[in-house]
Amino acid sequence: MDLEEAKELKERCTQCAAVSWGVTDEGKYYCTSCHNVTERSKEVVDTAAIPNTKIQAISRGLKRKRKLEKGWDWYVCEGFQLILCQQVEALKTLGVGPELKNDVLHSFWKRYLQKSKQAYCKNPIRTRRRKTTALEDTPSHSDWDSEPELISDFICSSFAESEAESQPDLHTQKPFPIIKAPNSAYTCSGSLDGVEYSQRKEKGIVKMTVPRTLAFCYLSLLWQREAITLSDLLRFVEEGHIPYINTFEHFPEEMKLYGRDKLIFAIESWPIYEDIYKNTIELATFLDLPRFPDITKDCYLHPDILCMKYLMEVNLPDEMHNLTCQVVKMTGIGEADFLTFDPIAKKAKTVKYDVQAIAIIIVVLKLLFLLNDNLEWSLSDIAEKYNEKNKKDKPWFDFRKWYQVMKKSIDEKKQKWEEARAKYLWKSEKPLYLSSYNRPVVYKRREVVVNLQKQFSTLIDSTPVAEKQNPSSFQFNWTEENPNRTCFHGHSLQGILKKKGQSLTTMNSLYWLSTQKFCKSHCKHVTTYEESYFSQSYQFVISLFSFLLRIKTSSLHEEVSLIEKRIFKAKYNQSKKKPSKKKIRKVK
Amino acid sequence: MTDMSDFSELMRPSTEGDRMETCVLSGTGMHFPWLQKYLNSVLTERKKEKAFAQTTTECLSLMQQALLKHQWQQAAGYMHSYLQVLEDWDVIKRQAAPEIIWKLGSEILFYHPKSSVETFNTFADRMKNIGVMNYLKISLQHALYLLHHGMLEDASRNLHQAETWRYGDKSSSQEVLINLVQAYKGLLQYYTWSKKKMELSQLDEEDYAYNTASQSMLNHSWKTSINLCALIQIPGVWDPFVKSYVEMLDFYGDRDGAREVLTNYAYDDKFPSNPNAHVYLYNFLKKEKAPREKLISVLKILYQIVPSHKLMFEFYRLLRKSEKEEDQKLGLEVLFGVLDFAGCTRNITAWKYLAKHLRQTLAGNRLAWIQELWDSRKNWWPNFHFSFFWAKSDWKEEKTLACEKALVAGILLGKGCRYFRYISKQDHQVLKKKMKRMKKSVKKFSIVKP
Repeated sequence: MDLEEAKELKERCTQCAAVSWGVTDEGKYYCTSCHNVTERSKEVVDTAAIPNTKIQAISRGLKRKRKLEKGWDWYVCEGFQLILCQQVEALKTLGVGPELKNDVLHSFWKRYLQKSKQAYCKNPIRTRRRKTTALEDTPSHSDWDSEPELISDFICSSFAESEAESQPDLHTQKPFPIIKAPNSAYTCSGSLDGVEYSQRKEKGIVKMTVPRTLAFCYLSLLWQREAITLSDLLRFVEEGHIPYINTFEHFPEEMKLYGRDKLIFAIESWPIYEDIYKNTIELATFLDLPRFPDITKDCYLHPDILCMKYLMEVNLPDEMHNLTCQVVKMTGIGEADFLTFDPIAKKAKTVKYDVQAIAIIIVVLKLLFLLNDNLEWSLSDIAEKYNEKNKKDKPWFDFRKWYQVMKKSIDEKKQKWEEARAKYLWKSEKPLYLSSYNRPVVYKRREVVVNLQKQFSTLIDSTPVAEKQNPSSFQFNWTEENPNRTCFHGHSLQGILKKKGQSLTTMNSLYWLSTQKFCKSHCKHVTTYEESYFSQSYQFVISLFSFLLRIKTSSLHEEVSLIEKRIFKAKYNQSKKKPSKKKIRKVK
Repeated sequence: MTDMSDFSELMRPSTEGDRMETCVLSGTGMHFPWLQKYLNSVLTERKKEKAFAQTTTECLSLMQQALLKHQWQQAAGYMHSYLQVLEDWDVIKRQAAPEIIWKLGSEILFYHPKSSVETFNTFADRMKNIGVMNYLKISLQHALYLLHHGMLEDASRNLHQAETWRYGDKSSSQEVLINLVQAYKGLLQYYTWSKKKMELSQLDEEDYAYNTASQSMLNHSWKTSINLCALIQIPGVWDPFVKSYVEMLDFYGDRDGAREVLTNYAYDDKFPSNPNAHVYLYNFLKKEKAPREKLISVLKILYQIVPSHKLMFEFYRLLRKSEKEEDQKLGLEVLFGVLDFAGCTRNITAWKYLAKHLRQTLAGNRLAWIQELWDSRKNWWPNFHFSFFWAKSDWKEEKTLACEKALVAGILLGKGCRYFRYISKQDHQVLKKKMKRMKKSVKKFSIVKP
């Protein structure tokens, strides 16, 4: 043994409680008074190996390396910050203005760190924790407990443009015990606070999760009134235009993830509309954000514009836009006060712009065609006859033809989508493991899978796999030329509308309500959607649109019911007194 | 050998949650308002895993569909994605995966136009080493694949590797598999041996080569018998192994040994009931010219297991030769038993024997025997054998058969039965005498009196 003295280690020896350490030939610490050899080893500091000098300059803590996986010291929130950065960069390439990143998302994130007491406040959570544990003065002897030299928070350094003001940590030299047994699953992490973070359960604090990064993105998009709806955002995630799954792959090489980090950063699910929507509201309330900029008539998110967009998307005649605008007017859902998100308001609630617009279109379809599996077909017969006779005129909209074209297209699309989902490769190139014990196994497993995949990939049909689609707000493309993709945009609604005095009304004068009675109990849903109770055409329309938005059919049905509730307010009040009236005459 | 399944990953978060939550629930009847929230978070954690699980389940079912439709390329595409299940965080699913992957993957590689023996070998070697429990099974199937492609040497090498494989406790629990691997190796050696035997039979005994050849044969048989005998001690159905082992023993004059093996294989209660075991023993004893009693006792068991076995006629003839009365009765039973099976309905030998035996039995005043056997059949035999349709088609296709059947029908059902009436009305030059005799016999013996 080399009697080189090791002054950097200030822990007490487990055997004799002396603080006098030497370093053995293997680089392990041993106690010079009782010759007890620890598992800890002196680490080689190699600053030259760190590539990013900028980050290095900001965080002095980087110098310190660990035994299990040598890497930088980093905090969980920094990981989330990196994910947000990736996502916002992706949004920028999708055409979102640069202010979204530099001004909006950055300040939201800063506010989050402040509200969750992680930084930008007098007494950040980590510092407090460290102080209390330091007082306890319990020497512990695993590799894991010593976090000396942790000087700076790496916070915000990745927002390169912004000022990287970080709260200096009131660090102590005393080690603090995070965990008792090293290396066992869930008690270690590559990040400094991974274990502690996942155990943290503070009341009133919204903890960061990977799905919540999308909530952050959506909040920023909403603030900027960008032309991306929540369903668009999630579709872009699904199509791989916005990083979400395995984002940790793109973390700097030196940020090691394992143990608890796996549970925090590894995601094996697609984001779900309702979840992200809920998270958005939760987050906005937690951040205590003021009222968002008004959604006015010229905004993309205004129902009039979204309805136009979706009418085009699902291949319905442009003339229907007139009717959707009327419905919007009648129900008052085009008002800025209704549309604008105000988290501070008593009952924070944001409009599901996309779902609502689609619901309006469905209501209009019901007004025009009733969708009772009868009227729509007889109207189609009339339109078909007319179109045969008058081939030169602007064709009348034929619901049956539209159904045939849409059914075919949507079925094809659905099948492709399902196939792609079944073939999706979830696992990262950079596997995550739970403990050092586990590590070789996980890596080996990865290797096996890669090798086997290589073997089978030579046997796959040589026709190239469909190229990654370019991001687009539209999922369909309708043209006049292709009979399978007939475009109905220019078709007229004549034959469905009739003149009444000065104005036009619908031929059809009946209407049925999607929901007769709303649920008033304390459960969250207001209505249920039992498919078999409804007409075939209604089922088709609902499933078509809900697939477009990748939402559950029941939530679309609910939105339709809510719009109807606004239109037929009077009738609903009446029906309270006189229930069981299936069809009501339209009030218009 | 690296093993993956052995390193058990520690608990998953949801199970961890479950445990805590049951503690709370089982404790007292108190209400915890925060519990609901906690339960929800557990549920959402489960949901998190759902998409991955959905992907793999969906992928598996699509792959199976593609396989059913023989779309090997598509199936390979799905397999490419399905492989990720080997990295599933769910231990149970991950451990079940190698077997599925091996089965479906080997199927794809077997049929895929672009696949080759090398591809298959690489695949098998990779799969063998995922988890200890699969090594032997896959090795064995790999060897069978090689055999199928006529690569005996490679197969043998493969089996040899598997045979020497050991993995602590795990290997002892797979003893049967090791024995099976050895037995297959023995079977391969038997194949070489029997080839050598062929060569030897073509050589002159005085030839110089004869000695060396017979020496090497001896060597082979010694190795082979060691490989084979371990397996056939274990209860199971080991037909090809037993057969080749016995053949070798027999060749070297160890008749007692061979008889012992066969007797044990046929009579040991621990072994599953196996008709072939009795067939082998019977053939061996027959060759040995064993006494009739002995042969009858062996076939009696075979009769109980497979009453329609083609050896039953031999059995019947043996019984006929016996002087014992009960054997005669049993002979009748055997014939009825054979004819109970749809596959034997047009077996002329059976009908001929039956007609003759019935006549003799009745002549010997043993009506009770027949009635006993007929009682259980009289409800269904008329439609099964003696329908008008059969009468017509039998007469058209095989006149002698029709006559024999008509005689039996007449005896059992009387003159009035459809079959007999139809046949007796037919006019045929050659069979005239036969018909006359038939009518006479029926008149004399019919058990149904008009």
